[in-house]
Amino acid sequence: MRAEPAVVIENLVKRFGSFVAVDHVSLEVARGEIFGFLGPNGAGKSTTIRILCGLLAPTSGRAVVQGFDAGSQPELVKAHIGYMSQRFSLYNDLTVEENIEFFSGVYGVAPERREDRKAYALRMAGLEGHRGVMTGLLAGGWKQRLALGCAILHEPPVIFLDEPTSGVDPVARRAFWDLIHDLSDAGQTVFVTTHHMDEAEYCHRAALMYRGRVIALGAPAELKAELKDDAATMEDVFVRLIERENAADTGHRA
Amino acid sequence: MSRGRIAGMVRKEFRQAFRDPRLRVLMIVPPIVQFLVFGFVVNLDIEQSRMAWVDGDRTPASRELRAAFEASGRFTVTAAPESLEAAQRLMDRDEVHSVVAVLPGFAADLARGRQARIQVLIDGSNSNTASILSGYAAEIVRGYSGSRFEAVLNQKKMARGGALVELRSPGIGLEQRVWFNPELRSRNYFIPGVLVNILAIVTLMLTSMAIVREKEIGTMEQLMVTPIRPVELMIGKTLPFALVSMLDLVLIVVLARLVFRVPFVGDAWVLGAGAVLFLLSTLGLGLFISTVSATQQQAIMATFFFFFPMSMLSGFAFPVRSMPEVVQYFTLLNPLRYFLEICRGVMIKGSGVETLWPQLAALAVFGVSILWFSARRFRKRLD
Repeated sequence: MRAEPAVVIENLVKRFGSFVAVDHVSLEVARGEIFGFLGPNGAGKSTTIRILCGLLAPTSGRAVVQGFDAGSQPELVKAHIGYMSQRFSLYNDLTVEENIEFFSGVYGVAPERREDRKAYALRMAGLEGHRGVMTGLLAGGWKQRLALGCAILHEPPVIFLDEPTSGVDPVARRAFWDLIHDLSDAGQTVFVTTHHMDEAEYCHRAALMYRGRVIALGAPAELKAELKDDAATMEDVFVRLIERENAADTGHRA
Repeated sequence: MSRGRIAGMVRKEFRQAFRDPRLRVLMIVPPIVQFLVFGFVVNLDIEQSRMAWVDGDRTPASRELRAAFEASGRFTVTAAPESLEAAQRLMDRDEVHSVVAVLPGFAADLARGRQARIQVLIDGSNSNTASILSGYAAEIVRGYSGSRFEAVLNQKKMARGGALVELRSPGIGLEQRVWFNPELRSRNYFIPGVLVNILAIVTLMLTSMAIVREKEIGTMEQLMVTPIRPVELMIGKTLPFALVSMLDLVLIVVLARLVFRVPFVGDAWVLGAGAVLFLLSTLGLGLFISTVSATQQQAIMATFFFFFPMSMLSGFAFPVRSMPEVVQYFTLLNPLRYFLEICRGVMIKGSGVETLWPQLAALAVFGVSILWFSARRFRKRLD
């Protein structure tokens, strides 16, 4: 029997007053997949990810994570996911080790697993020799990897990363994507948003979100094929898709 | 509920609070300094009030009266102007707060057994001080007149000559005894109020700020996706500040005793129990403020929005019984009022649970309901 998908979204809608942030989005993410959620700022990516994490209630439609409904069983969803928000989410005034210990505690990592997980997070962040350093003093790339390490201390099957690479230099970005691939190789599902269009290349599949709707979905090669232009970068692909969308929109209105 | 998760939260709060040098100082020093400063300030007893003496009589009798005023310790005569007009100018310039004018013929009237008159003028711009000074002056004059009356009576007895006549002066002897605060020190009344106010502001502020700060830096969103339960998060966030406030309470009570000689005649455990119940209310309110505030500025505004009326209506400075009836009903919803009554009762009167149970019960009801209400608002959701 094929395992059910890690994430299922069906006709998901989220309204804030009269503003429609997420407009009838449907998609599925398979287990172990790296799924990229791309789009310009304000496209509705973060809102979708927050609904999936049980932080926001959907207006209508369904969001199911690891078999649990994010709208009606948010706490069960939370027990099975790791989430790294857009904003830096560690305590600057705690040391590297204290942050790891604190999150180990709130995630309810079993006491006998804690040393192992701490070692794993330190290794992953490349901070083995710096466990006593105040987190606020770390450079951006290290902070980001430590935040990821802290978000997955409890070995969640699904990991949501909201703009993990914004404000990080290109070398650190590359290193971060290597980490994401390691997680996927280990069987964890990674759902990642980004506004760096070129990062779609690192994903198994990617969706382009624009004004609350998904306007393209597929493997990077499929998306390129749609334009019949092999030389195109992912950025070109998305710019043209958005232009086409805008033109269609004006057409409808005319 | 997981004790491990709560312990983790508490450990982290303490680490952060005591690591931040500003916060570390903020939790202990301002409450103590404020208590000391306010403790010296909240005192309505008047000593050595500056007074002008206009002596229009210049006789041994008038000088005797002046000596009686000075001997009381309540007044110092700092000026002896020639005229009432000159005395008035002194009062206008705020150089004296009261004037006594002895009119010519004062001694002669006394000697003839007629009603002698003196005039006392008091600066009424502070009505409270004025009424206290007026009371002091009346008491001194009454005392002086009593001693004169006896002297005159004795003279009269002598004048009759011949056989000694026993003349009892009729009258009612009034023996006043003030209970609980025999010296009528206003500090004994005010210091418990200072204590209550300081504990309230410290807990309201620390709790609301600690939670809102996490919202501001973004870690609250991270905590919300962890399996931690809202009640664990709430306990983890408030327990550290409850412990800090209990430490503040102990320090303040000790200082009240040592520095201001405020008595502590009751049972410390009753005060402790009252404090724990009181903290339920203030920590609950702090939590409530954190649920309605998105930034630390908003939290500070909201804290003062709640704190000032609660402080004013606590009976700290203005007795609840002197308030308009409608307002008195409002004070029934004020946890500060109940805790203040408990503090005064335990410290000054030595009251125990048998008299203070209504206040303790009110605090318990209030604390549990506001905590429950805030907990319901305190969700692990962003919308």
